[in-house]
Amino acid sequence: MFAIPLAWLQLKREKIRLLVALAGIGFAVILMFLQLGFQDALFDSAITFHRNIEGDIFLVSPQSTSLISMKSFPERRLYQSLGFSGVKSISPIYIGFGIWKNPFWEGPPTSQTRSILVIGTVPGDDILSLPGIHERQAQLRLSDVVLFDSASRAEFGPIPAKFEALQPGDPPIRTEVESRRIEVGGIFTMGASFGADGNLITSDLNFRRIFASRQKDLIDIGVIRLEPGADLLTTLERFKQNLPGELRIDPKKTPEQAKEDFVVGDVRVLSKAAFVAVEQNYWKESTAIGFIFTLGAAIGFVVGTVIVYQILYTDVADHLAEYATLKAMGYRNRYLLSVVFQEAIILSIMGFIPGYILCIGLYTLTRNATALPIAMTLARSITVLCLTVLMCSISGAIAVRKVQQADPADIF
Amino acid sequence: MSDIPSDIPIVEIQNVNHSFGSGRLRKQILFNINATIKPGEVLIMTGPSGSGKTTLLTLIGALRATQEGSLKVLAQELRDAPESKLVELRRNIGYIFQAHNLLNSLKAWQNVQMSVELHPEVSKQDSRAMAEEMLAAVGLREWVNYYPSELSGGQKQRVAIARALVSKPKLVLADEPTAALDKKSGRDVVEIMQRLAKQQGSAIILVTHDNRILDIADRTLHMEDGYLTSLDAAPL
Repeated sequence: MFAIPLAWLQLKREKIRLLVALAGIGFAVILMFLQLGFQDALFDSAITFHRNIEGDIFLVSPQSTSLISMKSFPERRLYQSLGFSGVKSISPIYIGFGIWKNPFWEGPPTSQTRSILVIGTVPGDDILSLPGIHERQAQLRLSDVVLFDSASRAEFGPIPAKFEALQPGDPPIRTEVESRRIEVGGIFTMGASFGADGNLITSDLNFRRIFASRQKDLIDIGVIRLEPGADLLTTLERFKQNLPGELRIDPKKTPEQAKEDFVVGDVRVLSKAAFVAVEQNYWKESTAIGFIFTLGAAIGFVVGTVIVYQILYTDVADHLAEYATLKAMGYRNRYLLSVVFQEAIILSIMGFIPGYILCIGLYTLTRNATALPIAMTLARSITVLCLTVLMCSISGAIAVRKVQQADPADIF
Repeated sequence: MSDIPSDIPIVEIQNVNHSFGSGRLRKQILFNINATIKPGEVLIMTGPSGSGKTTLLTLIGALRATQEGSLKVLAQELRDAPESKLVELRRNIGYIFQAHNLLNSLKAWQNVQMSVELHPEVSKQDSRAMAEEMLAAVGLREWVNYYPSELSGGQKQRVAIARALVSKPKLVLADEPTAALDKKSGRDVVEIMQRLAKQQGSAIILVTHDNRILDIADRTLHMEDGYLTSLDAAPL
């Protein structure tokens, strides 16, 4: 019925105002994208390690809260589980933070050191499905040899570049971890997280050499792989029955969750899903990070709402006499409301597009600067687009009240 | 565009009173107004400012609710009529304002088309053609693609006339259409308005202070202090 796109023509007429509006909305879009992106990156980076361990059931100490604060438990529990039917193989993992010395530091004479996450695994078990590890199981067997995470932060030194540049016959890269001399035997890729700036993988024996003060029979994570066809829940039930000690279940857990996450004596038994969830929940719920980023996104939303409201309100106020004329001509209130809402929707879509494009660039910048796994995802794009449309609609809903004031009797 | 038999008056006003404010501040503006306007009649309403001319015009134009008496426009009783009926009625009345009140974001032809679009029976192609034809009729054939800000005062008022007349309304209400114009363009504007209204058979009610244009009227009404004081045949 209405051939004239009044909303668009009115926006287009005031070019400077349109640009200011788009800049404001784009700013809000970028703010929301960055905050939500950082949050997702944090949660993703925190569980990269967990997701890439090839195991079905995990044993940890009941006192462990996250990868950065692991407590040890007796390796005997892991060996006991080998006796339960359905269990195919077991493998221990050792976790520790050691002081890494940057071997290529050329600054002041004091050496540059930094805390790095050291992961000890049994060579040949090949339980980490991260790129670069499977091929280098043989290097892991050598004494005092470690694999270095190429996605670690740059402060550890240009290890990946130097390693790639090594010619046959060159001396290997040597440095110190916890004051023990080690040699970089290879590169793998995992990525820094908020908890760990860099990662090393080494054998269980090397791990004990580096952390010489640790008790011999204690491990940090017990990885259990099931026989093909063995049922996960049935096997977990066997753990519950057969491990020594009292069964304790967190009363806050639902019965469904409690089947995959329970404590028996001195170990906590977790399915892989629960193992990943515990780590993620630690960052989401026990730290301020989730709250901070959600708040940041909310502020972006509010700022955007205010900007769009200002623009729409001024626009309506400027056109009030024209709207009153339209009412006098016989246009219904509904038509004028729809014009304001159309303006809101047009603004939200037009503001989203430049924000989206800029954000892809900012994500790349962030990824390069922080080694965090941050990228544009479809789900997040849809979330932010919906938030932007909602933001503009709220502003529109507040601004249309002004339209009701347009009284056709006043313009005569 | 309802078809009304030619013997039924376009506007029939009986015993209309109107007041603004309430309680002690209540001020009566119109007193016992009676008038009838026949189809195709050109009527000029004069009177000092504050006499209630514009108030009467907004009542006839269904822009204000009628408080007392009976007011029939295009055979529709306006007193106690629901808002939707009033909106419906406004679509069949052409309005010309003191200020042109064009939409600044729209070109001349789009401004005129806004009026045609209220009549869904007209197709999009036809409505644009109608708009451009009407602009040609007011002498703006060369100016259809200009924005109001690019037109002179007289040209803007002519666009406003095209907008008011394009749907061939049975009634045109004009409130001081020449007030903002110089003598020559003011005269042109009223003459165009009168000629087109006669062609289309529209009645015109024109409120004005401007003595120079009184000669176009079939009949002149004078209003003073809220009373219609004369209902003479056209002077001059």
